[in-house]
Amino acid sequence: MKADIVIVGGGPAGLASAIAAAKEDSTLDILILERDHELGGILNQCIHNGFGLHTFNEELTGPEYAARFEEQLDGLGIRYMLDTMVLDVDSSAVTAVNSNEGVFTVECGAIVLCMGCRERPRGALNIPGLRPAGVFTAGTAQRLVNIEGYMPGREVVILGSGDIGLIMARRMTLEGAKVKAVCELMPYSGGLKRNIVQCLDDFDIPLLLSHTVIDIKGKERVTSVVIAEVDDHSKPIPGTEQEIACDTLLLSCGLIPENELSREAGVAINPATNGPVVNESFETSIPGVFACGNVLHVHDLVDYVSEESGRAGRSAARYVKNKGNGGGPVIQVKNGSGVRYTVPSTVRVNELDGDLVIRFRSGNVYKDSYIDVTFDGGSKLHRRKPIITPGEMEQVILKKEDLDPAPSEILIKITEN
Amino acid sequence: MDNSFDVIIIGAGVTGCAIARELSRYDCSVLVIEKDEDVCCGTSKANSGLVHAGYDAKPGSLKAKMNIRGNELMTALCEELYIPFKRIGSLVVCTDEANRAGIEDLYARGITNEVPDMRILEADEVREIEPNISDDVVCALYAPTAGVICPFRLNIALGECAEQNGVEFMFDTKVTDIRRTANGWSVVTDKDTFITRAVVNAAGCHADELHNLVSDKKYHITARRGDYMLLDRSLDGFVKHIIFPQPTKMGKGILVTPTVHGNTLIGPTAVDTDDKDEAPVTADGLVKVQEGAAKNVKGLPIKQVITGFSGLRAHEDGGEFILEEAEGCPGFFDCVGIESPGLTGCPAVGEYMAEMISGKLSLKLKDTWNGICKDVVRPFELSSEDREKLIKENPEFGRIICRCETITEGEIIDSIRRPLGARSLDGVKRRTRAGMGRCQGGFCSPRVMEILSRELGLPLDEITKSGGDSKIVIGRTKDEG
Amino acid sequence: METRELTCINCPMGCRISVVMEGDDIISVTGNTCKRGFVYACNEVRSPVRTVTTTIKVTGGVADRVSCKTKEPVPKDKIFEVMEAINQASCKAPVAIGDVLIEDCAGTGIPVVATKAVFPA
Repeated sequence: MKADIVIVGGGPAGLASAIAAAKEDSTLDILILERDHELGGILNQCIHNGFGLHTFNEELTGPEYAARFEEQLDGLGIRYMLDTMVLDVDSSAVTAVNSNEGVFTVECGAIVLCMGCRERPRGALNIPGLRPAGVFTAGTAQRLVNIEGYMPGREVVILGSGDIGLIMARRMTLEGAKVKAVCELMPYSGGLKRNIVQCLDDFDIPLLLSHTVIDIKGKERVTSVVIAEVDDHSKPIPGTEQEIACDTLLLSCGLIPENELSREAGVAINPATNGPVVNESFETSIPGVFACGNVLHVHDLVDYVSEESGRAGRSAARYVKNKGNGGGPVIQVKNGSGVRYTVPSTVRVNELDGDLVIRFRSGNVYKDSYIDVTFDGGSKLHRRKPIITPGEMEQVILKKEDLDPAPSEILIKITEN
Repeated sequence: MDNSFDVIIIGAGVTGCAIARELSRYDCSVLVIEKDEDVCCGTSKANSGLVHAGYDAKPGSLKAKMNIRGNELMTALCEELYIPFKRIGSLVVCTDEANRAGIEDLYARGITNEVPDMRILEADEVREIEPNISDDVVCALYAPTAGVICPFRLNIALGECAEQNGVEFMFDTKVTDIRRTANGWSVVTDKDTFITRAVVNAAGCHADELHNLVSDKKYHITARRGDYMLLDRSLDGFVKHIIFPQPTKMGKGILVTPTVHGNTLIGPTAVDTDDKDEAPVTADGLVKVQEGAAKNVKGLPIKQVITGFSGLRAHEDGGEFILEEAEGCPGFFDCVGIESPGLTGCPAVGEYMAEMISGKLSLKLKDTWNGICKDVVRPFELSSEDREKLIKENPEFGRIICRCETITEGEIIDSIRRPLGARSLDGVKRRTRAGMGRCQGGFCSPRVMEILSRELGLPLDEITKSGGDSKIVIGRTKDEG
Repeated sequence: METRELTCINCPMGCRISVVMEGDDIISVTGNTCKRGFVYACNEVRSPVRTVTTTIKVTGGVADRVSCKTKEPVPKDKIFEVMEAINQASCKAPVAIGDVLIEDCAGTGIPVVATKAVFPA
């Protein structure tokens, strides 16, 4: 089998990159390989609204947002295969399996990695206690409630204030469950402000910051959890324990980009994001292999995923057409104090597709501070921000003309007042 | 079901199932009674998955004999039953010159126990074969016959093979009393009462209670809990051997080992507990596991943990396997105190007990007996030609359900339909590995629940994690009440 | 005079807005960084509204639940009445995005529409 571009994953990133690539060059043969039985990825279970404000200037639910992209596929001649699991990726071929074709290989000119991310499971959180039924990641519970139509439980405690956990607090409440508390290990929430207001405050669900679950009880099904306050080193403080009767514990404690295929292919991974190291074109360390969306770094807004994936898709299309990449200056993008990582890590000025958007996350909560951008040590941008939190992605946009002449290094840091 | 049997085995763990398989060679009726919903639910479900070389046990003890013989039998057994098993060898690591004598003692004991091919390696030799060994390594006892095995498949396959040869199984059935009759025993359960010529007590942590029901000579088992941590398969090759510290009174200590499937396993702790049924993971235990592992292996990326679990060992006060007809109780056969090396020893225990029982009952071998039992059909272990054929005939073998371990719908269906098939999420997991990977079932558990529901003809809200009341969902959305 | 502190939910900024009120009259709105924040704050103190997103029963389709939403935001204090009405209702496949599933949900005058397509079984 052959294709010009193979897109691994038909979620928001895969759809947006496929469409952008097809629009960039209508002659390209583009194939999306999706492991689930429908396109749209995680959007299908995200039935809440809040998607699309940036992309469509209106507020859509997840399935509606996905449909806006899916509608475009046929007209653009984009092919897709469902229930198809990619097993292996190398620089010019993708091997996959499904029940019609068996194991098959698609030779291709470029690959866009759009595998998304997974939730950190209980085991990776080292939560002590028994292992009864009733412990779910928030996303698994979301699928059960929203797609399968089953209730995971009646009385719920949620560990972690990631967005899926917050959304599920409201969702379970609307379906008649009692959400007794949301515990967050950190002294700040990992979720978006609007979700804290709309999903917790609206329903008087307490958000307990600096709290964690220290025991899970119940032999067959969860009967209670014990929570405790934690100190500055995230260690439970003796004497603060309280037992909460519940039949369900939902976990929303972080997302991990699904880069097993990337790693096996030899793609260089940034330890700060657990996603590939990419340049301005979202090209990984392997030429012709691109990455975008949550497999690259975890986003909080799907609109940003779509925008970024559009760039990746266009880059892949140009790569197929032009093969070699032009020369020219290469800028290193570095993260300074307060900045956990940047995407991209390098910029080839000649390859820039419009303005340079650098996205990053902070490592802590900063109030009334500044985002500073320096070019080879010289200040280029000094922007005041009332609040910067690790839960919300930040970005700086640099105009292409500002990069002429190109510095050798762009540094992004947070300066406290 | 006729309520009368020649032999009733209580406990479908690895010991009970090994004895069941051996007894199934004879012309006799055998019933296995298990209190849980499946085989492999007690001490057999959570352990290190090791086949020990045999230098630990006291020379002349039954533990030593069963270990050595079990180790010998394991290769052939694993071939017959398609059990993943790799003889990767073990290292008992000495990190303090002052303790070198301990390694020499262990070596000497191994020689007495007739453990083959052992060697004491000096620090440089250890580093050569195990690059991530602690910098403090002084020397190590190397035993190439030690190996790693899939403990679930071992237990399940022994059970399946026994069933295929006529042994009956009753699950979710708890023995509440055992009484003497004129010709044998009456076994009272919460479901029914059974009559039998012989009882085999393979009840793990509860074996003392069953024994004490019938015998005046009392035993006492302590459940010894051990915490483990399992690390991601991406670390495959980080350690290449089973790495033990030097043993102590409480056991073999916290080891670091690859599993047969390429994960890295560290643990266990050893804490005596009152609860013989449930083993909670403790925060303290997880810290001790990490500290223990770090003593012998450097730079272990502990952040790659995918799950923690805890298991129980059935430690009898005497510290020895008790494999005998109970004193003054003809026809009541004990397998008491089966802790490590219980997994290694199970083929030998099966052989030993079956010989004892068949002798006492004058059982005759059957004309035909099938000792082969194939594993779940695994498309990714087939040649590409065979796999393509399989997928063409059964398209469900091309549909991946568990992404992390690449397990297809076909494998899950097979695990449910086969003899002693899976009836719960954990049952499917132990048979197929679906849900055992890095996402721990986050993606696949709703799909596996659907398949279980369809195959078992049960509504989805009746599907359990591990039997009993461990239902995963409580009902439908939008339902009345 | 009374001051109400709000967190704006229009966008991820989550601006903290202070609204000073004198009875039902709004005296001042501060802390918002855009006009939508101003409108939100005014509405939120006078008559807060929310879009309800949930699922509804479907018969005759490849799925037996379909996601749906109130076409417009409903009064916040009507959320559970709206949920109850949706829980009691059901629709028939095929369903297309935007199909009106309930004309007037719980007396709010606002329809409930499908947010996903369901094909017939």
